Amino acid sequence: MSPLATIRTPLPVLQARGLVKRFGRVVAIDEADFDLMPGEVLAVIGDNGAGKTTMIKALVGAIEPDAGEIVMDGAPVHFRSPIEARSAGIETVYQNLALSPALSVAENMFLGRERRIPGWRGRFLRTLDRGGMRREARQRLSDLGILTVQNVDLPVEALSGGQRQGVAVARATAFGTRVVVMDEPTAALGVKESRRVLELILDVKARGMSIILISHNMPHVFEVADRIHIHRLGRRVAVIRPEDHEMSDAVAIMTGAMEPPKTDPIPFVRTDRPRQEGQTS
Amino acid sequence: MATDSDVESVFAGREERSPLKKVQYFLHLYPTTIPFLVLLIGIVVFGVVVGDRFFHPFNLSLVLQQVTVIALLAVGQTMVILVAGIDLSVGAIMVLSSVVMGRFAVVMGWPPELALMAGLAVGAACGFLNGLLITSLRLPPFIVTLGTWSIFESINFLYSKNETLRQQDVEAVAPLLQFTGHSIRLTDIIPLDFLRGGVLTFGSVLMIFVAIVVSYVLTRTMFGRHVYASGDDPEAARLVGINVRFTLLKVYTCAGLICGFAGWVLIGRIGAVSPNAGYNANLDSITAVVIGGTSLFGGRGAIIGTLFGALIVGIFRNGLALAGLQNNWQNLTVGALIIVAVALDQWIRRVSV
Repeated sequence: MSPLATIRTPLPVLQARGLVKRFGRVVAIDEADFDLMPGEVLAVIGDNGAGKTTMIKALVGAIEPDAGEIVMDGAPVHFRSPIEARSAGIETVYQNLALSPALSVAENMFLGRERRIPGWRGRFLRTLDRGGMRREARQRLSDLGILTVQNVDLPVEALSGGQRQGVAVARATAFGTRVVVMDEPTAALGVKESRRVLELILDVKARGMSIILISHNMPHVFEVADRIHIHRLGRRVAVIRPEDHEMSDAVAIMTGAMEPPKTDPIPFVRTDRPRQEGQTS
Repeated sequence: MATDSDVESVFAGREERSPLKKVQYFLHLYPTTIPFLVLLIGIVVFGVVVGDRFFHPFNLSLVLQQVTVIALLAVGQTMVILVAGIDLSVGAIMVLSSVVMGRFAVVMGWPPELALMAGLAVGAACGFLNGLLITSLRLPPFIVTLGTWSIFESINFLYSKNETLRQQDVEAVAPLLQFTGHSIRLTDIIPLDFLRGGVLTFGSVLMIFVAIVVSYVLTRTMFGRHVYASGDDPEAARLVGINVRFTLLKVYTCAGLICGFAGWVLIGRIGAVSPNAGYNANLDSITAVVIGGTSLFGGRGAIIGTLFGALIVGIFRNGLALAGLQNNWQNLTVGALIIVAVALDQWIRRVSV
C-alpha cells in the first residue's frame, strides 16, 4: 500500500519520528516525535530542561540527532546547519533576534543575502542594490503593518523591543519561507508590545506559513496556538487543542501531575524521493 | 516602560526630545560630524592664532605629507577596528614591507616592479598570519598582534642587518620605490594664484585612492556589510549565515596589504630605506582611527572619519608648533583629544533604550 493512500489530513510540512540526542550520559531527546501541519500555529511547551529547545535545534539543523528521522513535505531531510534548513524554507527567529544593532533596518533584513545591482556595476564592482533592498524592506514591513515608510534607514538599536521583534519576523518571513520558528518571542517584552507580536504571529499564519512557537507564557500560547505540543522528559507526551483543555491541564500534563490524554496520531508520511527546492504542499 | 504611543512616535520621529538628546541622536546617525567639526574648529582657531603662516599652501601641503603614512595605516587599522579587533603590528608590517622592497631591488637586483610586488605580498602575508592566528587559534587580537609586532620587527632587523639603504643607492636602481615621494605643484592642476607653493605628493594621491576604494568596499559591497555585522555582533552575524571567521581573515589580510602600500609611501617620504623608520606608527594609526569616531567596540565608524582623525592630529601638531608650543604640549593635546573622542563615543552609543 502506498503511504500516500492512507492520508486523510493534508500533507504535514515537517515531521519527526524517534529523535534521540545524547550529551554524554544525559539524554536530552528521548525518542521524540513531532508533527507540524501547513498553516498552523503549533505551540511547543515544556518545563525547563524538558528538551524542547534541543528538539527544535535538531529540527532546524543546529544540532545533529543521534537517531531518528526528519521529513519535510514527506521527503527525508538531513540539515547540517541552520543555513541549510533556511534554504529549505525553515526560518528561526532566535530569542536574541540575531540583529546587528548598528546596521539599519533594511540592512538587517538583507543581512547574509544581500543583492547586487543588475548589470556591470553589480558584476564587476560588486555594488549592492541598496535602493532596491531598501524598497523591498519597506514593502515587507508595511505588508506586516510594522513600520511607517521612512524608517528603514534607522539603526535597529534605535527601535523598541517589540519593533525589533517585528523586524526579525519580517526578515524571517520575507524569502519564500514555509516554517517560522519563534523562540520565546514575548519573553522580553511589555504587555502592549507582546500584544503586537501575537498579532504578528496571526498575520504570518494568515499568509499560509506554519509557525512553531516556543513559549512559557500560557495565556499567549492559548490565545494563538491551533495545537499545543507538550514536551516532558525528552519526548512528546501529548498534543492538545486549546479549545479542549484548560491552561491548568496543560501545566499539569507538562509537570507530570496529570495523565496525558490520548489523541489521534497524525500518520507519518515518508516517500523515498528527495525533496525538491521550492516545492509547495 | 514604553507605551504603545511612544513606540509609534519613535518610528514616526515625532517624539519630543530635549536639545541635548537631539544632538546625541543626530550624532548617533551621523557620527562623522564630530571629527569634521573638530577639524574645522582646529583650522579656524589655528588660522586666527597663527595667521597666514598656517594657511600658506606650503604649510598645509606639509601637513598632508606628514599625515599621509599614518593615514594610510589608519585606513587598514579602521577595517580591523570595525571587526572589534586591533592591529598593533601595522607599523612593523609597513617597515618590513619597505625593507623587502628596498633590499630586493638594491641588494638582490630584482626589477623594481617585482621588488614592489614582493614587498606588498609580504605585507599581505603578515596580515594573513595575524588573521589566521586570531581566527583559528581564537586568540585575542591584542595578544596576537602584540606578539607579531615583536616578531615582524625582529625579522625586519635580522633580515636588514640593521642597515639603512641610502637615498642615492635606491635612486640609482629603483626610482620607482621613491615615486611616492615625488610631487606635483597644485598650480599645475588648478592655476589659481593662492595655491602657489602648495604641492601634492603621489604618496598622498595613493593614500586618497586607497581610502576611496576601501570606503567603497565597506559601504557598497556585501563584504563591507559583513565587516560591520561581524564587528557589531558576531553571534548575530553567524546566525544569519555570515562566515565571521573568514570575514576576519580577509580584513586582517587587507590591512596587511595596505601596510605594504604604506611601506612604499614611507620610502618616498624619507627617500632611504631604513629599518628604524616609522617607530610611532602603530599607536598613531590607532589614535587617528579613534579620533575619527570609529568605535573600539566594533561595528561603527567610517573611513572618512579616520581621514579627518589623521588630519586633526596633523593640524593640531602643526598649529601648536607654529604657535611656539613644542612636542610635549602637542602630545598632551593629542592625548586629551583621544580621551574626549572615546568619551563621546560612549555617550553616543547610549542613545538606544
